[in-house]
Amino acid sequence: MSSLPQVVFVLILGVTGFFLFKRVKFLQRNIRLGKAATQNDQQADRWKTMALVAFGQQKMFKRWVPALLHALLYVGFLVINLEVLEFVLDGLLGTHRVLAPFLGGVYTVAITVFEFLAVGVLLSCVALLIRRHVLKVERFTKPELKGWPALDATLILVIEIVLMSAILTMNASDQLLAAREVAPYFVLGPLFFSGLVQPIFEGFSTESLVLLERFAWWFHIVGILVFAVYVTYSKHLHIFLAFPNTWYSNLKPKGEMVNMPEVTQEVNMMLGIPTESPSEPPAEIGRFGAKDINDLSWVNVLNAYSCTECGRCTSECPANLTGKKLSPRKIMMDVRDRAEEVGNSLDAGGPGLADGKSLLGDYISKEEINACTSCNACVEACPINIDPLSIILQMRRYVAMEESGSPAQWNSMFQNMETSFSPWKFSSSDRFNWSEKVKEEEMK
Amino acid sequence: MSTYQVPTMAEMAANSQTPEVLFWVGCAGSFDERYKAVTQAFVKILNKVGMSFAVLGPEEACTGDPARRAGNEFLFQMQAVANIQVMNAYEVKKVVTACPHCFNTIKNEYPALGGNYEVIHHSEFLQQLINEGKVTLQGGGEFKGKKITFHDSCYLGRANGVYEAPREVIKALDVELVEMKRCRTKGLCCGAGGAQMFKEPEPGKKDINIERTEEALATGASTIAVGCPFCLTMMTDGVKNKNREADVQVVDLAELLAKDMGI
Repeated sequence: MSSLPQVVFVLILGVTGFFLFKRVKFLQRNIRLGKAATQNDQQADRWKTMALVAFGQQKMFKRWVPALLHALLYVGFLVINLEVLEFVLDGLLGTHRVLAPFLGGVYTVAITVFEFLAVGVLLSCVALLIRRHVLKVERFTKPELKGWPALDATLILVIEIVLMSAILTMNASDQLLAAREVAPYFVLGPLFFSGLVQPIFEGFSTESLVLLERFAWWFHIVGILVFAVYVTYSKHLHIFLAFPNTWYSNLKPKGEMVNMPEVTQEVNMMLGIPTESPSEPPAEIGRFGAKDINDLSWVNVLNAYSCTECGRCTSECPANLTGKKLSPRKIMMDVRDRAEEVGNSLDAGGPGLADGKSLLGDYISKEEINACTSCNACVEACPINIDPLSIILQMRRYVAMEESGSPAQWNSMFQNMETSFSPWKFSSSDRFNWSEKVKEEEMK
Repeated sequence: MSTYQVPTMAEMAANSQTPEVLFWVGCAGSFDERYKAVTQAFVKILNKVGMSFAVLGPEEACTGDPARRAGNEFLFQMQAVANIQVMNAYEVKKVVTACPHCFNTIKNEYPALGGNYEVIHHSEFLQQLINEGKVTLQGGGEFKGKKITFHDSCYLGRANGVYEAPREVIKALDVELVEMKRCRTKGLCCGAGGAQMFKEPEPGKKDINIERTEEALATGASTIAVGCPFCLTMMTDGVKNKNREADVQVVDLAELLAKDMGI
């Protein structure tokens, strides 16, 4: 037998590996456009969060229907990839079902399980397509999903349906050939699910069946490899990034805003408080708040690349629910789009961050960030602990501290606070007046 | 019979006394016409249970929360550092406040600036009083058997994970607690957080407090209980907007309890 298929297989593997390597480098560099931030304390809690939220999909189960459909896909993905191991071995060694002799009856059971999951994945992809395109679930119809994001979502589901169909076709034709005692095919135990589609191919000639079986085999494995590269361009990256993303979750109370120590020094000086290390020159401050992705932390950018645009955040955002422009999902998509733009520009020898554009202004408007009530509904809703609020608040800092561009009513509030230590215009000497009435009242 | 006492930290310090707890009143608690009643109700409860407490009075300043959330970190820290200096000078150990925004800021954000205190929200404080049997509930009162719904404030709930204490306080009264469709972790904001209290909302098709009030009214409750001054304002405005102020009232937990105690 010719070793040509093996050579072709090795070449395909190599090319895939090369593209994947390049893409991983690209993504890594883009994520590192964000500022350094250490978020690796409390390791035990981080592993636990990752195990529960990413691996265990804890937060998905707040909504049962999509959670169950997603769980089918997820388990299918994890388990069917075990079969891909055998595909790779067969491809490299030029063998056919190399693991079958070693596993005996277990092999048939395993293949049956894989087929069961393949059918599960197939059906849930169909259900998810129906949710998007027939039922038109509201969170999938928002303006930020128009164009590529909608196509991306549909492509992923269609590709998975096609890949799963390939597995079933392959097994069905394989067993038909085995029954006709064509080498190297051999009879496994009865395969229930591919058995159901066998009648379709029964009338095929042996040559056609061999062709079909080989086509399905190659289609499945090459499909998976192409899909792996595709994922790195797609919102589907969450299948990998959900894990580091949850590991780097914010473990502090959600209400706590990150302190700006670079401001504290100046505040202490203004208030005449001796500072701790006056001899040290102040660290390079750069910019207050965030105007572009390099002002955000790398975890913010990792969040953006981990987002699969499910829109649970936006569907629970009080601003979005009442028709404001703000959509937390769009904030995450904008961060990612800007990171991609800067990354592509850098790779092309372009100006990168210095292209005259910025995240705030060219992607995200003040109207959007000003509409946020900082209620944390988006953070709570995210199945993988993405934090859009952190990004919004950093941008507000930029607008207030670098541009003095906050809404006029906020500027009045600032002024009140500066002069009378209250957001309202009351005299601070009247602050205790509320007690007069109650102090006169007889205690019951 | 004596009158209610509202000692200040300065007065107590002058008598070499240290109260067990500082009651942080907050700006709404000091200045908002409607919300002052909540401050007064809470002070009455503190008096009634014989709690050793004091307030900062004129020495209190805004925690800086709205400035920080509107992006003005410098102004926030000016307020925070000044407050911390005052509190540390009085050697404050424990703080109780009725405002979830003050609660969140002092509890979570002051430590980074040198202010370390045990901070509890008045819902937790009231729950403790009930659990310890320190308050005598009449069980009758105007709320007896009535439907009450509780509106979760974001800075108490999602921001700090306090969901049950306010509900326990309500359940201690002889009332029927009914939940809104969106409650606890899924509670819908009243629309005032993140410094929205101090500006008009961005253009949209509806105000957030109207959306939330509609949800509260849908429970059929005659009382909407809140644990936050901003929520109180927003929900009260919502009820007025729906012309329901005649049959639906918006009250704070402290007012509920004080009324039930007959004070």
